[in-house]
Amino acid sequence: MTQSVVVQVGQCGNQVGCRFWELALREHAAVNKKGVYDEALSSFFRNVDTRGDGDAPDIYRGKICSLKARALLIDMEEGVVNEILQGPLRDVFDSKQLITDVSGSGNNWAVGHKLYGCQYQESIVEKLRRTAEHCDCLQCFFIIHSMGGGTGSGLGTFVLNLLEDEFPEVYRCVTSVYPSGEDDVITSPYNSVLAMKELNEHADCVLPIENESLFDIVNKIDQMINTGKLGSTVKQTSLVTSSRGSAIAVQEKPFDAMNNVIANLLLNLTSSARFDGSLNMDLNEISMNLVPFPRLHYLVSSLTPLYTLADVNVPSRRLDQMFSDAFSRDHQLIQADPKHSLYLACALLLRGNVQVSDLRRNIERLKPFLHFVSWNQEGWKTSLCSVPPVGHSHSLLALANNTCVKPTFMKLQERFMKLYRKKAHLHHYLHIDGMEQSCFSEAILSLSDLIEEYNELDATKGGPRTDPCRLKIAV
Amino acid sequence: MSIVTVQLGQCGNQIGQEVFNAICSDVHGTHGLCSKKENESYHDACKERFFCEQESGVPVARAVLVDMEPKVISQTLSMAARSGCWKYDDQSHFCQKQGSGNNWANGYSVHGPRHKEAIMNLVQKEAEKCDRLGGFFTIMSMAGGTGSGLGAFVTQCLRDAFPTSFILNHIIWPYGTGEVIVQNYNSVLTLSHLYRSSDALLVHENDVIHKICAQLMNIKQISFRDVNQVIAHQLGSVFQPSYTAECGSHYSRNPLGDLMETLVPHPEFKMLGLRNIPQMPENSLAYSSFSWPGLIKHLRQMLIANAKMEEGIDWQVQPPRPGSSLPSSHSTPKPLHFNTSIANLVILRGKDTHSADLGSFQDPSLYTSWLNPQDAFNAWKTPRAFNKYEKSAALVSNSQFLLKPLDNVVGKAWNMFASKAYLHQYTKFGIEEEDFLDSFTALEQVISSYTIL
Repeated sequence: MTQSVVVQVGQCGNQVGCRFWELALREHAAVNKKGVYDEALSSFFRNVDTRGDGDAPDIYRGKICSLKARALLIDMEEGVVNEILQGPLRDVFDSKQLITDVSGSGNNWAVGHKLYGCQYQESIVEKLRRTAEHCDCLQCFFIIHSMGGGTGSGLGTFVLNLLEDEFPEVYRCVTSVYPSGEDDVITSPYNSVLAMKELNEHADCVLPIENESLFDIVNKIDQMINTGKLGSTVKQTSLVTSSRGSAIAVQEKPFDAMNNVIANLLLNLTSSARFDGSLNMDLNEISMNLVPFPRLHYLVSSLTPLYTLADVNVPSRRLDQMFSDAFSRDHQLIQADPKHSLYLACALLLRGNVQVSDLRRNIERLKPFLHFVSWNQEGWKTSLCSVPPVGHSHSLLALANNTCVKPTFMKLQERFMKLYRKKAHLHHYLHIDGMEQSCFSEAILSLSDLIEEYNELDATKGGPRTDPCRLKIAV
Repeated sequence: MSIVTVQLGQCGNQIGQEVFNAICSDVHGTHGLCSKKENESYHDACKERFFCEQESGVPVARAVLVDMEPKVISQTLSMAARSGCWKYDDQSHFCQKQGSGNNWANGYSVHGPRHKEAIMNLVQKEAEKCDRLGGFFTIMSMAGGTGSGLGAFVTQCLRDAFPTSFILNHIIWPYGTGEVIVQNYNSVLTLSHLYRSSDALLVHENDVIHKICAQLMNIKQISFRDVNQVIAHQLGSVFQPSYTAECGSHYSRNPLGDLMETLVPHPEFKMLGLRNIPQMPENSLAYSSFSWPGLIKHLRQMLIANAKMEEGIDWQVQPPRPGSSLPSSHSTPKPLHFNTSIANLVILRGKDTHSADLGSFQDPSLYTSWLNPQDAFNAWKTPRAFNKYEKSAALVSNSQFLLKPLDNVVGKAWNMFASKAYLHQYTKFGIEEEDFLDSFTALEQVISSYTIL
């Protein structure tokens, strides 16, 4: 069994990360009735004996003593991390796994990446090494951050670079929250584009997420609960929309519910690697199957049914509906419509009581409506995990390598150019040691090249299909 | 003689366990509809072939379990032990912590050499436990990374370490609409490499078995377990003891050797297909009865028309009339869809097999011209019924059965290769474009050879 380490950077990264750990604990508690530290738990948690003094030794077998998350929490201001350490998760994090500072990055990528990067490099490497040493077989680093700010974006991508240098064999899977159009951080386009260059070059795969989509999804769930259309009863044991165990109205704390969705994404992504199933899918298979060319590693995700993301008890009749929903525009975690764009590859990760015949039937049903690239007409990767999400009978996570990410990138490019043309706010960046104008020009070039690659693929869509000639053998 | 089974990857291990289950339940659970003496003889032959005695009295399967990640093997071992009537040797398994990531190159170039010694040690131990080693039976899928890549490597090692033993690879052909996106690459690389070291490749296609489950077995929500059980039943119907024409009074002691001798006369032609009839849900068995002429007629038409199961057979397809077969295939317009065979083996199990007439299978128009029809066709029989079927007939065929699937897989892989998609994932582990080209060339050769039969 392999282990994964989560690196949460910045305010967004840490808030999402925090939700993830809560849900992971809840999920394992539901499955692991005997309280024995098993292989599934070890993928994300260490079992330590905290009774003695000094560095708590790991316990590899037997009863659970004290679980510690395999995580690194990084933030350049203390507020969020302090809140976590005073909350219900305080015992899950080792105090040696934190890196904090006081003043924050001022929404400035350069401060995060160049200034704090340089300052904290040694400390970050040392803590990463220590976390890796506690792993028997480290397979993947999950980085959670936002693109629009300073710490998550700048320092987060700096850590990405470090991971590639220090642990080249370990996969780097990045969950990035992209800024929305009405983002109140003026410089978010700069931060995002500068971060994109790093993601292009150093990440194995990226799961882009847009707040607008999360907000829409949360609203939809809320509607489902409030209209009583589906006979809602609050289920205490299912994955909840808040940490208190009660459904909180969306208007009060929208981010909690939105973070919940991202946390669920990560849980479902790793479920087949942690639990049994008739067709397993390990994390290294994600990039193997979904990344045909090294730079095209942006995967659009969608989670269905939506009610698995909330406390809603709905009879699970409509299995086929779950499959259809996964391909609809309003279930995607970015503002995109994969059905009308070109698929390079698609993965379906199923959990719970779903069998291969259900899978085959739905693939046959949906295939005619989807456009796949000519050299990958049957490009489906599937996995079946027998453990369903807590409180529900089944769920589906769809990951698509699809040209529908292009509009997101184009919007980013446009907003960047609007500022850059006027050289607005540039001085804040350029006066940081190590930042030059060329950083900007290289970054926007990297993004343009990426968009161009997607354009070339789109151009092949719908065109006449000419298969290349096969090798001829002399008879 | 004993057969050592090597189960590779998730698929190989899941199927292997079902195979041993099927064999055990056939021997213990069913009456056999024959004399006690016959039954005992069958039981002994089966035991020698597949199991080894241990002090506990529970038969231990002669198998080595290999996988690069631990979940499946631990499940397989525990399910076997729970059955109560057989188990695996606790020491006979090898696993690592991290899988092959669906990457053939990872399985073949990285895991293979790294773990060669450990795996071959386990195989050697199993081989030494046999009084007489009859050969190796490997089970793997082509689509993934371990079964396919590591499987190809292990087969090569088996060939090097046991140059005179028979090696039969059982391969699972993945669903056409994808289980793994790079399955066509993995398949092409696997087949081309296995062709060099293996004696024969016995293929089961997931699509076909799925249809059998849906249409013949009436299973509503088909799971991989259902598919694997049908496969296990079909394999059991071939490998359980039977009398070959030569040995007459005792069960054949060299099943793999006999199989190879009858079916693989030429090293260019190693692709074997398997058909088994009848196939039906267990609760329907009591209400059905079959006659040998009926079964044989259906099986023959399945062969000629390349039907995958006993429903939906195209009865219009007929072999070319004798007298019109000239050496050059261009001047003999063979009727479309007619499946030409190199060699066939039919295995009959159950009541009154001595009365079954297999003359129709010796029709020379079914075969190519190289072999005498008497040599091209062989029949094995046993009065001992198999797995609750009063009469059952299996056909193992070296014919054009697999030509179309092979052509499809190579075509799709070539299409992907031409756009260079996913190649960086393979070159990362040492499989270069030239290696791909070699594999494509080898398989185009096989396709061409089978096409001009």
